Amino acid sequence: MERNDIESTNQRRGFLKTAALGVTAAACGSAICACGGKDKAESEKVVLLSPDGELVTIDSAHLRPVPKTVHVTNEEARQGIPGRKFVMVIDLAKCKNARKCVTACQKMHHTPEPTEWLSVRLMKDSPDAAPYWFPKTCFHCDNPPCVKVCPVDATFKRQDGIVLIDADRCIGCKFCMAACPYSTRVFNWSEPEHTPEVSCLEYSPETSTPSRVGTVEKCDFCPDMSRAGLLPDCVTACPNGVFYFGDQNEDVVTNGDETIGFNDIIRDRGGYRFAEELGTEPRVWYLPPRDRIFPVERGLDDLPEEIKNRYKDVIGG
Amino acid sequence: MKISTSGSEMLRTFSPQIEHTSKGEKMWITVLVATIGLALYGLYLQIFKGHGVTGMRDNVIWGIYIVNFMFLIGLSYAGAIIAGFLILFKVEWGKPLIRLAQLMTLASVIVGPIFILLCVGRFDRLHHLFIYPRLQSPLTWDVLAVITFLVGSFLFLYLSLIQDFAVYRDSNLNVSKWKHNLWAWLALRYTGTENQKRLINTSRNLMAIVLIPVSIMVASILSWIFGMTLRPGWHSTIFGPYFVVGAIYSGIGVLIIITWYTRKMYHLERYITPKHFDYLAYMMLVMAAGYGYFTFSEYFTSWYGSETWDAQLIDKLFAPDEYGWLTFFANVAGVVIPVIFAAVPKLRKPDNLMVVAAIMVLAMWVKRYLIVVPTLETPLLPIEDIRPEYVHYTITWVEWLLTFGGVASFFLIFTLAGKFVTLIDISDLPKDENVKTQNQ
Ligand code: SF4
Repeated sequence: MERNDIESTNQRRGFLKTAALGVTAAACGSAICACGGKDKAESEKVVLLSPDGELVTIDSAHLRPVPKTVHVTNEEARQGIPGRKFVMVIDLAKCKNARKCVTACQKMHHTPEPTEWLSVRLMKDSPDAAPYWFPKTCFHCDNPPCVKVCPVDATFKRQDGIVLIDADRCIGCKFCMAACPYSTRVFNWSEPEHTPEVSCLEYSPETSTPSRVGTVEKCDFCPDMSRAGLLPDCVTACPNGVFYFGDQNEDVVTNGDETIGFNDIIRDRGGYRFAEELGTEPRVWYLPPRDRIFPVERGLDDLPEEIKNRYKDVIGG
Repeated sequence: MKISTSGSEMLRTFSPQIEHTSKGEKMWITVLVATIGLALYGLYLQIFKGHGVTGMRDNVIWGIYIVNFMFLIGLSYAGAIIAGFLILFKVEWGKPLIRLAQLMTLASVIVGPIFILLCVGRFDRLHHLFIYPRLQSPLTWDVLAVITFLVGSFLFLYLSLIQDFAVYRDSNLNVSKWKHNLWAWLALRYTGTENQKRLINTSRNLMAIVLIPVSIMVASILSWIFGMTLRPGWHSTIFGPYFVVGAIYSGIGVLIIITWYTRKMYHLERYITPKHFDYLAYMMLVMAAGYGYFTFSEYFTSWYGSETWDAQLIDKLFAPDEYGWLTFFANVAGVVIPVIFAAVPKLRKPDNLMVVAAIMVLAMWVKRYLIVVPTLETPLLPIEDIRPEYVHYTITWVEWLLTFGGVASFFLIFTLAGKFVTLIDISDLPKDENVKTQNQ
């Protein structure tokens, strides 16, 4: 499991690096472009996964700039991956608010720290109910209220079930934010501060990065990872295997460790969808927090004060 | 073209404003332009620094800009509906009010849409609305509706102006050449033949017939920007009619203020009599009752049903340490007081009505604020954020600048219109006897 984590994160990192370099080579003819050959000069070491499954460390100067491995056209990004129906299952019994998913997501999408496309909330359904940790992604609804209201088709539903945003088309009306009942979407209120390397990445709705000022963004289920045959970073980053990601058509979900039938786990563990009565038909399922592995208080350990304060209303004090 | 004696008398009343710009007026215009200048600075900040300069954040994604939009665009619908009814039903006493109502529409339909654009993060991409339009979106409906209404209301105003333009053209008003030529051009060679009269009358009536339902539709579409979402306080079946009534109601308030001011300013006591204020007060009374009824139904049903999400909103609206006082003000000053002043004959005096209307208009603005902001502060999943600006919306000075700029533009358009046309239709005045009877 641990090893798995390292492997895939590293692979991902290596992949990103390669991608960045590829773009560097492609897009840096103009003087305004800030992404010079800085990486090469610094001669950083990167860890890559070799074709025969070995982890190798090489000098980034030796990397040959190649175009982004998984490059899709805007059309393809709007279509989705043929034959798939992505689905996520989140096991609330295993979550202890380790926040690894949150930071992994921020890192992967180059979002600044206070911006959380994926957040872990402390829920208490009624005064007498026991509180529990509730990781919340975009639900990628099958009847998405956000998509209905977008006036320019900047946010759209794909045939593989994913709801994406095209930040190059979005006019920033924020209507989708008003329509989303789950407060999933975030807006870029000012020019995002990116490193030159990140700003030079080629934007695609599938990577949702780099963010654009005055547009909306959110959790994208990492379709670029799926295209590369990898799991989203939140799934692999979670030390407790809370997130299961998979394909409903194939009836299989995995948290990287354990692979199970989607229907089986939903049936056996009493899977449900959040706020079913809203009729939005989420693609994210939850397994109720019974037989928990950790007491809920564990989630408050070692939290920075400002994050702990968020939960004040729920835990009291 | 020949006009009636009262018409030429009226023209004489307005001629000083059309012929010269007095010192006072110049100052007034300077103040307005300066306010607009400051607003442009705010706009510059907002465009170049991003929307972070406003109080809007991820929960309260729309602030007073959309409140101003709802308010102003509501005024324009109200103006069209009121003018339309007065024309269609040939209401003799209403004739001196038609032009004022139409000018109110003109000013607000120009300024209002600017405020919805201010809510948009990417000005540079507005053309996307036309190159990638999506008919499913209530926002697309609204774009279409506002454009339709804008064109319609311009036409409507113009049709009621042609006869006047001909009068100005043929008068001996001492104005600069361009103004005279423009009048002549706009008058479309109108000379007042029977045929021309009939054509203008028919088309004006037709426009009124079209514009009344169009106004109702567009006001409803505006309400559906809110009504189509799944949020408490918004997702309501009565939102369409609620907004229509709210628009007409605040429109009457503004019309009372404008009428009072015009009457004082141009000494029109002979044409605009206390009777007019009585009639306006009756309209206000009916609309206040309707609006109060809708508000009551809204609050009462959500409170009684007390679904968790609804109840959270109602608690917020009525808690004295949250929105309680604003709710109180919006409903007392916005409904109760106007009803009392319109219903009690002793209180129903032009000056009183003007003050009541001014407070009521403010209260109706606050009411829109209460529709937008508290709901956005009450998401389904309680806000777990400790950045205070993400939890509570506070209006920033940039937003105030732009709001005052909008108000100044409204007045500027009105003032400039008064330099170019008479504020009362001089070719279609009530019969002289009528004026007399109303004076008695
Ligand atoms: S903010 Fe962007 S994605 Fe959202 S509705 Fe408006 S245009 Fe569409």
